[in-house]
Amino acid sequence: MSDGSFHPDSSLAGELLRATGLNVAVCYQCGKCSAGCPMAAEMPLKPHQMLRLAQLDEREELLSDPSPWLCLTCETCSARCPNEVDPARLVDGLREIALKRDPAAAPRRLRAFHEAFLRQIRRHGRVFEIGLVAHYKVRTGALLDDVLITPAALRRGKLALLPKDIEGREEVRRIFEACERAARKEARS
Amino acid sequence: MKVGYFPGCSLHATAKELDLSLKAVAASLGVELEEIRDWSCCGASSAHATNHLLSIALSARNLALAEAQGLTQVMAPCAACFSRLATARHEMAHDEGQAQLVRPMLARPFKNAVEVQNVVALLQGLAGEIKARATPLAGLKVACYYGCLLVRPPEIAQFDDPEDPTSMEQVVAATGATAVRWSRRLDCCGAGFSISRVGSVVRLGRAILEDAKAAGAQAVVVACPMCHSNLDLRQAAMEARGASLGLPILFLTQLVGLALKVPRESLGLERHFVSAAGVLEALAAPAPEQRPAPRG
Repeated sequence: MSDGSFHPDSSLAGELLRATGLNVAVCYQCGKCSAGCPMAAEMPLKPHQMLRLAQLDEREELLSDPSPWLCLTCETCSARCPNEVDPARLVDGLREIALKRDPAAAPRRLRAFHEAFLRQIRRHGRVFEIGLVAHYKVRTGALLDDVLITPAALRRGKLALLPKDIEGREEVRRIFEACERAARKEARS
Repeated sequence: MKVGYFPGCSLHATAKELDLSLKAVAASLGVELEEIRDWSCCGASSAHATNHLLSIALSARNLALAEAQGLTQVMAPCAACFSRLATARHEMAHDEGQAQLVRPMLARPFKNAVEVQNVVALLQGLAGEIKARATPLAGLKVACYYGCLLVRPPEIAQFDDPEDPTSMEQVVAATGATAVRWSRRLDCCGAGFSISRVGSVVRLGRAILEDAKAAGAQAVVVACPMCHSNLDLRQAAMEARGASLGLPILFLTQLVGLALKVPRESLGLERHFVSAAGVLEALAAPAPEQRPAPRG
């Protein structure tokens, strides 16, 4: 059977192990993560159900579902898990794996937010909220539904108007490129 | 006392008043804040939700800068920045495979020798000094709201009790104000969904603020710009069903600043959406028990 070649575990559990160092198989489905989850009420799949589908290698059902993207990483589940499964870290792993499978995996608004946010860091080294909100709004068409860009917010000095690049912005750009290369390499392997 | 300072992006915009009040309080207490030169964003939730390696590398760059500057400790007043910097410190120490990928990205030597602290820990350590110098905020009842990342996950935060913390209440006690007992002080406010999923933020924030109000709080005290923005800026939306909340959201540094009588204009209280004026007027008036007893 063994021809000496190395075949990495191609199951979702194996991928999660490589991405996070965590073994999803140790979850025994007590449901404590879902009981304390502030977003469970809005998730089609509750946290313990996401872990169960990962154990069963139900890749399509899990990775095409919006539920992993609705996690706020509040860490309540990971703080309370009686078997140290660390569901919050596993959900981050699921999101990364979902993105490698389909770069448009996240629900539209959440994806637009993450893209706008990271673009600010990549361009300037820091996030300038007005640029972030403007970019997000152009991408989603949600132009008029927010108090963030209003005279009231400006009057209170809540928005820094002019982006100011940090000196090390080339360093930051190279960090982005190196991390994207590493992600692509992982996706190919 | 000198402390390395990582302001984070919010403190230059939506939470400018946290930066202002922190600096005023630190100066008053003899704490020198040395900002990390040329710091960059910690990556916040968008980095760790999409590329874990990026989240570690972006935060590690700031720890490396602090190290190069000779700092041994960095304080991040934003709970999210605190959590990301502390996560980077933890993983750079415990995941050697990942650390080998990150080190070449940092463009400078990195020994991972800088400790990461949050603003509540800093003030808790100064509680004796605050108490000794405070003009007590007698009669003011506040709800201490921790949110998520000050205490969770415990092995990263290494701070207070993750289910029953007391550090904020200790600081509030030092100011002479009263911390009410309530249930939702560790619930999540919706954090990074402030722009992309406002409905969730409103649902979560409403439950938190209704509980604080039912417990008799006149204001909610926070130590995180995300929590502040969600609970202050979105409070009007939480009231949409007719129930008035009217709860000013104060940064812990602002409360300490009021007790230390630092100049009011350096606290940035006028920058909030929910006005703190009523609470401040009540403070300015003599407390009922201090009024002379009626004669005759």
